[in-house]
Amino acid sequence: MFRTTIKGWLAGAALLALTASGACAEVVFNRGNSADPESLDPHKTSTTYEANILRDLFMGLMVQNAKAEVEPGAAESYSVSPDGKTYTFKMRQGALWSDGTPVTADDFVFSWRRLVDPATAAEYAYMLAPVVNAEDITAGKKKPEELGVRAVDPGTFEVTLNAATPYFLEMLTHQSTYALSKPNVEKFGADFVKPGNLVSNGAYVLKEFIPNDHITAVRNDKFYDAANVKIDVVDFIPTEDRSTAMKRFEAGELDSNDDLPTEQLADLKAKFGDQIHIGPYLGTYYYAFKLDKAPWDNVRLRHAVSMAIDRDYLAEKVWQNTMLPAYSFVPPGISGYQPRPAVYASQSQLDREDEARKILTELGYGPDKPLKMEIRFNTSENHKNTAVAIQEQLKPLGIEVTLLNTDTKTHYAHLEQHGDFDIARAGWIADYKDPENFLALCKTGTGNNYSGYSDKDYDRLMGEAAAAATPDARMLALSDAEAIGVARDLCVVPLLFYSYHNLVSSRIKGWEQNVMDVHPTRYLTKE
Amino acid sequence: MRVAAVMARYVLKRLLSAIPTLFVIVTLAFFLMRVAPGGPFNQEKGLNPVIKANLERVFHLDQPLWKQYLIYLNNLIHGDFGPSYNLPDFTVAELFSSGLPISIQLGGAALVLALLLGGLLGIFAALHQNRAGDYTVIAAATAGSTIPTFVIAPLFQLFFALTLKWLPVGGWGDGALVNKIGPVLTLMLPQLAIVARLLRGSMIESLRSHHIRTARALGLSDFSVVFRHALRGAVLPVISYAGPAAAALLTGSIIVETIFSIPGVGRYFVEAALNRDYTLVMGTVVVIAIFTIVFNLIVDVLYAVVDPRVRYD
Repeated sequence: MFRTTIKGWLAGAALLALTASGACAEVVFNRGNSADPESLDPHKTSTTYEANILRDLFMGLMVQNAKAEVEPGAAESYSVSPDGKTYTFKMRQGALWSDGTPVTADDFVFSWRRLVDPATAAEYAYMLAPVVNAEDITAGKKKPEELGVRAVDPGTFEVTLNAATPYFLEMLTHQSTYALSKPNVEKFGADFVKPGNLVSNGAYVLKEFIPNDHITAVRNDKFYDAANVKIDVVDFIPTEDRSTAMKRFEAGELDSNDDLPTEQLADLKAKFGDQIHIGPYLGTYYYAFKLDKAPWDNVRLRHAVSMAIDRDYLAEKVWQNTMLPAYSFVPPGISGYQPRPAVYASQSQLDREDEARKILTELGYGPDKPLKMEIRFNTSENHKNTAVAIQEQLKPLGIEVTLLNTDTKTHYAHLEQHGDFDIARAGWIADYKDPENFLALCKTGTGNNYSGYSDKDYDRLMGEAAAAATPDARMLALSDAEAIGVARDLCVVPLLFYSYHNLVSSRIKGWEQNVMDVHPTRYLTKE
Repeated sequence: MRVAAVMARYVLKRLLSAIPTLFVIVTLAFFLMRVAPGGPFNQEKGLNPVIKANLERVFHLDQPLWKQYLIYLNNLIHGDFGPSYNLPDFTVAELFSSGLPISIQLGGAALVLALLLGGLLGIFAALHQNRAGDYTVIAAATAGSTIPTFVIAPLFQLFFALTLKWLPVGGWGDGALVNKIGPVLTLMLPQLAIVARLLRGSMIESLRSHHIRTARALGLSDFSVVFRHALRGAVLPVISYAGPAAAALLTGSIIVETIFSIPGVGRYFVEAALNRDYTLVMGTVVVIAIFTIVFNLIVDVLYAVVDPRVRYD
């Protein structure tokens, strides 16, 4: 009896040792991601949290490498017609879905039609807007079959665009343009996204999804470059509570996190050193005046308020240097584009304030007739601190600022419905690396044009940019548009440029900092 | 036997009367929620009107409100809570079937521990009224019920996870015991404090009553006097407190679940309301309403069990 027990123990210990060594051999990357995805259906997603996961599970026609440079992905190569309107993609030889079937041009035809189909109700259907008939299909005016895409043969995918679109390849790295396996979607219907059902063509396949706990993706051995994928398992862990995320990182439960509690930055830097990565990101934090409402229809008054806002203080004190002062709408970092900041960008804050005072006096504002302004913002500690700081900065100039905060849904519903306000907070993060993505917000009648800005010259320049013959001419037209719409007219009041702020363990190698904050797991290793 | 039959009839009657109550709650919640400005598809990156219209059509939000209400009610009667608007990969039922057992485990353990330990502390304090033991318990209980969980939880993480390294900082860890200790204790502490104070008060009163004096005069043992006779009368306030407390604990806590990264359902009530995730809000309202109704019923039944004077016929 006694002997058998000992034998049992020994066997148990041996088994434990085996599983332990097995666990060691498997490289697991515990990746903190600010929130769970809304969906894993690429056509129904919109946020960067989803992009982080889907980038590992899927591969678009084009992909971003470790430095976020665009490279061929599901397509092996492509050619563009001389007029820039027709793209012909050669599908990658030997690229397979995780169920072993080949990825074909038909899958892309099916998927892109699905994306623009009104029945799919895809938030990012507009990513295919440059493709012939896409917008009409989404609006229900044409059939999905009329989309300007075609499978010439299983290995050749052809796209026809309305006009030459220089950022088209960049857009193809966005998750909304990924392909789904047609037989898979047809077999499972809406449940095709469930673990066990989902078939994907990326470096990883979905294994488990427990909402608010983790999403596990394991290495896809059918992936064409599987031999170079070093991390076996990625656990995406939603880290809504940033303070907890920092503690979990410290305890080794997380290898990285895509956000930091910025108010603790000084302490975190002392604790984690160069495991903290901060850098410029393609996003702008801005305020918008309601331009069709007096007195904000006066451009000089708008400039006076803009000049009186000390952006350096906001960036340094309120945001602990996790944001950069902004004087243009388009952030720096887009090659070939020269942002056009307001003239006072180069002045000192004191000079700006003097100038602002002069304008206010000229317009008749003073102690007897104070300028009153209400800042409307969506609930967030940082948005509040920013608004309070601006309130304090404007006070010495005799501007009486009041604050109104509402929850995010109420805030944006109010702005979208062109409700009444003086000045309101908003932000824009680029979907793809192109100035047009920002500047389109000031075009007449655009959905996100909260200020209600409308200017013929601006719209004309945006049109010229869209039809420009060369990339240089296009960038120049966009830049001229920014000079009019933003620098001259303040269709938006740029305040700060976003930055990415990651915490990445020194055990993770291959994490290249880039302006898109894109870090596919397939390029990473863990020591 | 007759008592049991009366009780069964009473329970059945109460359960049946819960149906109209639920109906009123669902109706109120449905319309109140729509009074809030904005909708599930308002966000920082505003949607193009065509796309928003497509989304609203897919989720029947383009229908008149009364029609949406009838559609919802019809689905609800058939046990269909609908898909979550903001997490379309999951139905509301799937979200609850994955999260509710977790919240129930944590809340249930916290409740049982709070009742047991809080009860013992309360009795101890009552028996040592106005002495050091009593003061210590009351001071600790006051502290316990006033320190908010969002302070206790991070302190707990700092001490047990980062300093002592005994427990993980957070996560569910597929239900491992070590992952449950922090959230359970954090949920338990304020409840324990309240139970201890409630029971101390009612116990002191009960110990002074005539029947306890009689019991002592009859020479019953201290144990028997305290646990068989005094406790029976003293426990009523605790029972009426524990009913609603159980309903609240078992349906999860957003603070504890968020700080400890626990995939329960506590977060849904607040998150769904902020996201205008109408179906998820409704699902949460229905679940919390059912728990509240059931636990109130349990309280009433326990009253009758504990206090022979209470009758439901």
